Amino acid sequence: MRAALLTEYRKLVSTRFWWILLIVMAGYLAFLAAVIAFSVNAESGDGPGGAPGMPVASGVEAATIVYSLINAIGYVFPLVIGSLAMTSEFRHGTITQSLLVEPRRGVLLAAKLLAAVPLGLLYGVVACVAVVVGGAPVLALVGDGAFLSDSEVLQVLAYGALVTVVWAAIGVAFGALVTNQVAAIVVIIAFTQFVEPIARVGLASVDGLAGAAAYLPGAAADAVIGASFFASMGSADVLSRGAGIAVLLAYAAALALLARWTTLRRDLG
Amino acid sequence: MVLGMSTAAITVEGLTKHFGPVTAVDDLSFTVRTGAVTGFLGPNGSGKTTTLRMVLGLMSPSAGRARVGDRPYVEHARPGRVVGSALEASSFHPGRSGLDHLRVYAPQVGVSDARCREVIDLVGLGAAARRRVSGYSMGMRQRLGLATALLTDPPTIVLDEPANGLDPEGIVWLRGFLRHLAEEGRSVLVSSHVLGEVQSTVDDVVVIARGRLVHASSLAGLADLAEHTTYVEGPDRAAVARLVEQHGWSAEASGAGWLVAGAPAPLVGGAAHAAGVELHELTPRGRDLEEVFLRLTAPPTTQGEDAR
Repeated sequence: MRAALLTEYRKLVSTRFWWILLIVMAGYLAFLAAVIAFSVNAESGDGPGGAPGMPVASGVEAATIVYSLINAIGYVFPLVIGSLAMTSEFRHGTITQSLLVEPRRGVLLAAKLLAAVPLGLLYGVVACVAVVVGGAPVLALVGDGAFLSDSEVLQVLAYGALVTVVWAAIGVAFGALVTNQVAAIVVIIAFTQFVEPIARVGLASVDGLAGAAAYLPGAAADAVIGASFFASMGSADVLSRGAGIAVLLAYAAALALLARWTTLRRDLG
Repeated sequence: MVLGMSTAAITVEGLTKHFGPVTAVDDLSFTVRTGAVTGFLGPNGSGKTTTLRMVLGLMSPSAGRARVGDRPYVEHARPGRVVGSALEASSFHPGRSGLDHLRVYAPQVGVSDARCREVIDLVGLGAAARRRVSGYSMGMRQRLGLATALLTDPPTIVLDEPANGLDPEGIVWLRGFLRHLAEEGRSVLVSSHVLGEVQSTVDDVVVIARGRLVHASSLAGLADLAEHTTYVEGPDRAAVARLVEQHGWSAEASGAGWLVAGAPAPLVGGAAHAAGVELHELTPRGRDLEEVFLRLTAPPTTQGEDAR
């Protein structure tokens, strides 16, 4: 397994995509953190959920909403980089050579899932830095402060990085299931940017289904972080932190097992 | 040598693969002798690649089995050390350098970075080692595939169509390279749809068509199936034509004379002498293995099921 992990590490760092995506994520999150930090504090703005003339949120709440963008917006990046670990093998046909040196397909998948941990952590830490660099100065200038030493804010950042690790693993498992690279990326982007946000708001507004929204992966991750950009938009039901982690890990495990017994069982021709 | 001399390098027994209604490989059995170069020949689409993929554990057979040494490929603790293989010339990440491609797999087959550099020099890619594969020509990709196969210095090597996409110079290089592997005593299974590409380097041939074995022997055994062709020319063209007809040979006009198929020069000469036909030229043209190969693998519409 050690050799398999070293192989996965070398696969990753010998191409350029991991740092290109990392830079894109950092820039995107820093920019959005600044924008959101400005808009939640804007007193005259018609911020989402806020009445005109009142800030959407203030104080620590405003800060946590901004910093929670790590998950609310940023989770597409670890998902994509994770999925690429698998889909690029199928796209470029390197899966053949990978399975020639390690015919045990479960070991290959496990190595990729484990290799996603340090990669996800790197993405998580960079995402933390990005939302702080982008959000903190604006919060300090326009709002009530950056609250960078507040324990609630620190929790949001730390759990944000942790959740990013799980997102990367979910990405690997999803890529193993949907091995077509273009399809995997399209589904990830569509789900994270469109389907899930709508589902979270939509389900929350239907009485009987309001509880179900909390089990969507993004909502579960928000529960782990303890703050949500979406919570500020009115979707109320949130799981406990432990339950949130359990739900996320269940998604990763379910996708990985499904992949192992479907796509990874197939002949490679 | 890892394997005992009593064990074949590769043993294929009753291997069968169905893809839906299509039978790609049909009850195929053959062995690859230890220390010999075996040419695995057949037209495109005859099941060569499917067979090799089953041998290497990438596809599961519908029936039958394949062993590398004493057990199936996937049951070796480190299969990459037992068999080196190059299956597709295009299976590289375009953004990775040639050297990094080797370094990626090095940990799992237990070789050092120094060995990666060694094999990339060996196949003549030393100068391009740090360039990304997207800039490689087809020939360079084939060479990188060979370098991958040789990474562990394995006793057995499996190459699928290594001559595909090579220019004539590359094919000459490949021949020399295969000969070099043979001289080192390795067992090599090399597939090709063109006999001529591997003819000068193989000891044994396994010929398949439509997924079935049509011939397996030494190269000399294949040559025995080849017809002798003789060029014959005399002042009386019609007399020579009658002679060919009387003996039931087939002949086609060629220049001033005839190209007689199926008869060695002494036989034609003797017959001419006995019939009193004057000859000015009688030249053996050798045996055309390619013709045998085409005959063995021809579709059943032009040839009966007597190919075996």
